[in-house]
Amino acid sequence: MLENTNVKTLDKVVVRFSGDSGDGMQLAGNIFTNVSAGLGNQVSTFPDYPAEIRAPQGSLGGVSGFQVSVGTGVHTPGDACDVLIAMNAAALKTNHRFLKSGGVIIVDIDSFKEADLRKAQYSTNTPFEELGIKAQIVEVPVTSMTKAALADSGLDNKSVLKCRNIFALGLVCWLFDRPLESALHHLRKKFVKKPAVFEANAKVLQAGFDYGSNIHASVSTYRVETEDPRPGVYTDINGNTATAWGLIMASEKCGRPLFLGSYPITPATDILHELAKRKDLGVKACQMEDEIAGVCSAIGAAFAGDLAVTSTSGPGLALKSEGIGLAVMAELPLVVIDVQRGGPSTGLPTKTEQTDLMQALYGRNGESPVAVVAPASPTDCFTMAFEACRIAVEHMTPVILLSDAFIGNGSSAWRVPDEDEYPAIKTPDVPRELLENGTWRPYMRAEDLHRFWPMSGTEGATHRLGGLEKDAETGAISNSPENHEKMVMLRRQKVANIANDIPLLDVCGNADADTLLVGWGGTYGHLRSACDELNAQGTPVALAHFRYINPLPANTAEVLARYKRVIVAELNTGMFADYLQCRYPETRISRINKIQGQPFSVSELVEKTRKIIEEA
Amino acid sequence: MDEKTFIPGDFKSDQAVRWCPGCGDHAILNTLHKAMAALGVPPHKTAVISGIGCSSRLPYYMNTYGFHTIHGRAAAVATGYKVANPEMTVWQISGDGDGLAIGGNHFIHAVRRNVDINIVLFNNKIYGLTKGQYSPTSDRGFVSKSSPYGTVEDPFIPAELVFGARGNFFARSIDVELDTSVKVLEAAARHKGTSVVEILQNCVIFNNGIHTGITDREVRADRTILLRHGEKMLFGKNMDRGLVQDGFLLKAVNVGQDGYTLDDVLVHDAHTPSNFLHQQLAMMDGHELPLAVGVIRDVEAPTYNDGVSQQVEEVRARKGFSKLRDMILAGDTWTVD
Repeated sequence: MLENTNVKTLDKVVVRFSGDSGDGMQLAGNIFTNVSAGLGNQVSTFPDYPAEIRAPQGSLGGVSGFQVSVGTGVHTPGDACDVLIAMNAAALKTNHRFLKSGGVIIVDIDSFKEADLRKAQYSTNTPFEELGIKAQIVEVPVTSMTKAALADSGLDNKSVLKCRNIFALGLVCWLFDRPLESALHHLRKKFVKKPAVFEANAKVLQAGFDYGSNIHASVSTYRVETEDPRPGVYTDINGNTATAWGLIMASEKCGRPLFLGSYPITPATDILHELAKRKDLGVKACQMEDEIAGVCSAIGAAFAGDLAVTSTSGPGLALKSEGIGLAVMAELPLVVIDVQRGGPSTGLPTKTEQTDLMQALYGRNGESPVAVVAPASPTDCFTMAFEACRIAVEHMTPVILLSDAFIGNGSSAWRVPDEDEYPAIKTPDVPRELLENGTWRPYMRAEDLHRFWPMSGTEGATHRLGGLEKDAETGAISNSPENHEKMVMLRRQKVANIANDIPLLDVCGNADADTLLVGWGGTYGHLRSACDELNAQGTPVALAHFRYINPLPANTAEVLARYKRVIVAELNTGMFADYLQCRYPETRISRINKIQGQPFSVSELVEKTRKIIEEA
Repeated sequence: MDEKTFIPGDFKSDQAVRWCPGCGDHAILNTLHKAMAALGVPPHKTAVISGIGCSSRLPYYMNTYGFHTIHGRAAAVATGYKVANPEMTVWQISGDGDGLAIGGNHFIHAVRRNVDINIVLFNNKIYGLTKGQYSPTSDRGFVSKSSPYGTVEDPFIPAELVFGARGNFFARSIDVELDTSVKVLEAAARHKGTSVVEILQNCVIFNNGIHTGITDREVRADRTILLRHGEKMLFGKNMDRGLVQDGFLLKAVNVGQDGYTLDDVLVHDAHTPSNFLHQQLAMMDGHELPLAVGVIRDVEAPTYNDGVSQQVEEVRARKGFSKLRDMILAGDTWTVD
């Protein structure tokens, strides 16, 4: 099911600063270049001045640009840029064509007023639409933030406005993790004779950096590439959008409207954004007052009969725990999306980790089993969001989807699925004869132990659910010790039975190797690349990548037993390794772990795998 | 619509009611069954959603769709439920601890959004199910198991929170005032938008008699006033006392004394958009001025659930996509042969 996916750390990134010739783009670009060179990067720059020394301000002829490529293997300033900074409307118009597909544009939104648009010869008031820009646009009030930062500086307005470029520089330093100390050093040299100007620029540099940090601005410095050889219609998609679309597909396939109860949180918010837009497909997306209301409104919607989802990241999942427990007890279908980020607590909000695995599996009071699935790549988010819904509905259980910041924000080419490529989802309607003869009770079960799901408003199906333990037969409140144990085991077995309804675990790479690399979720691209590289270099390894975490695929024990050595690589201290070890104690497990808020790099995986094999 | 008429028994479930003998909840349950029968909405088009606490057991005693959820969160569950299925008449049952302490945030936001649900707030100024701790409506100095030397905090006045959250329906009753309770519950259900009904309820075990200073038969006529839209604000055993405007405030007078005539007595207007007078009426506490029962505010305003449905319909019609695939293909794509 998984397409061949590769992840490349971008060896280099190309940044293009553009603005009015008086905006100081060359200075900002030069400092960014020098700071990067100071970090050991190779650099190549391309200053792109206008012909006129001082064309009218804000006009197309007055736009000045500075493009720089930084990184390794840099031989040119690059044909196109990953990030474009446009300080005004004219700069955007003349420079947007230099942006790579999947790139990011940062604009000073204060310089897109009606007069600015007129000077830059736009014919409408909607510049982004007029230019047909599909890229991600980050609208930053650079001018007003600069003014605010320098409100008490005593500088005149003109001098204040001259610092806008340094605000943009501060923001770019945040995006690419450049140290401000080094930028300050260059500024100090530049303004050695004007200490007041230096002070102002230093303040604004920090303000730009802090702004990036405050809005959790991020750009991917990785590229995920999917090689799907099948003919078809393709589009670029990131993991969060793919997740949102997978939910919509599931809603279409089960015939129940999609409800989202959510609360903004980095890096999951784009799912809320996308589903809010998709009111055009009937999605009821509600931004609630907090994370708890997000999950609780979804539980209410599930009880009413909608396909109900809540989306969040780790801290939000913690807040939703009690609600998820209610859905476990009430045995309602509920999809909980956790786009994992660095933790604990607020942690590293924009960075990636796989550290919520134990929280997803066990983070609730009582015996509270839920299904857990994890997409392997940005495009796989579509499939696994669909799967999360299918499992939730067909098995009447909460399902947690463990995405992460890396695949959520990462994008990749995706083949738009055909109409019949995904199966119909069968809603567990109450058998008609039970309703008609009045014998239906809310905790009656089908053979695989799921209960039934009547739509609210159905005559003959009024019933009461709740968080108190219920009698297995009648559905009335029960304090019976034997009944409680029976219900605990039923709920547990119901989730375990899902193993019969998910694909078996695939092995790729060299299936006859002694060593099995194991991963789960968003690390697939790196692991797959590392596996290919190891085999190409003469170190035979196989790779088993898990997307179904609870329950595990039915053949897991058999696959693990085929290998002398199992190496579990994950972006935490070994949660999945522990999980496998306690289920399959006879497996010899070695571990590769990284907890830096960064994805694996292919080279480190290759090196560490080889070391483990050599030392054995 | 449904022509069928209902009796209170149609809304009763087969479960034995487990509240303490003498608890005010029994009376409220009966009045709710009566109000539902009077409304004429069938049981299968009715949902009762609660949080945790003594009052929150109520859904088990209803022959409707019911959901006994988790502590404080019923308003959020009810919001999602109503948005998902706007056809249902949704009741939310809550107590002063569940609704105003742990659930305070959901309460004010439900009111602010104006979701079309009916919140019935049982106010007994105590935590009963956990056996007698002070609640956010307990008076300053109240002695309880968790405040053995008296509380050092001021209480919420539920009505004040409702007005602070820009609520459009607020009514009040007392557990023993059966007729008033039925009437205000029915009015709450007929109001489109969030309706809050505060019912002063007596916890016979842990806070017995907390409201008696106002609700006792001997004093009730003088310490409470039943407000009816369009009628003079009169009270007292002989209905000879009235409320008049005194500067920006209200004053209780004896009609026919000190120069006050019936013409001076205010007429209650529950439908006026300004909540200025409603708030003053709701804040009367039965001491200087009589405690107000009945429908204090009942103003029409757009509801959240209608807003969601209408926006979905409007955007769907405008964009004209029938399926996900249409929407994707209308975007930026390329073809591989």
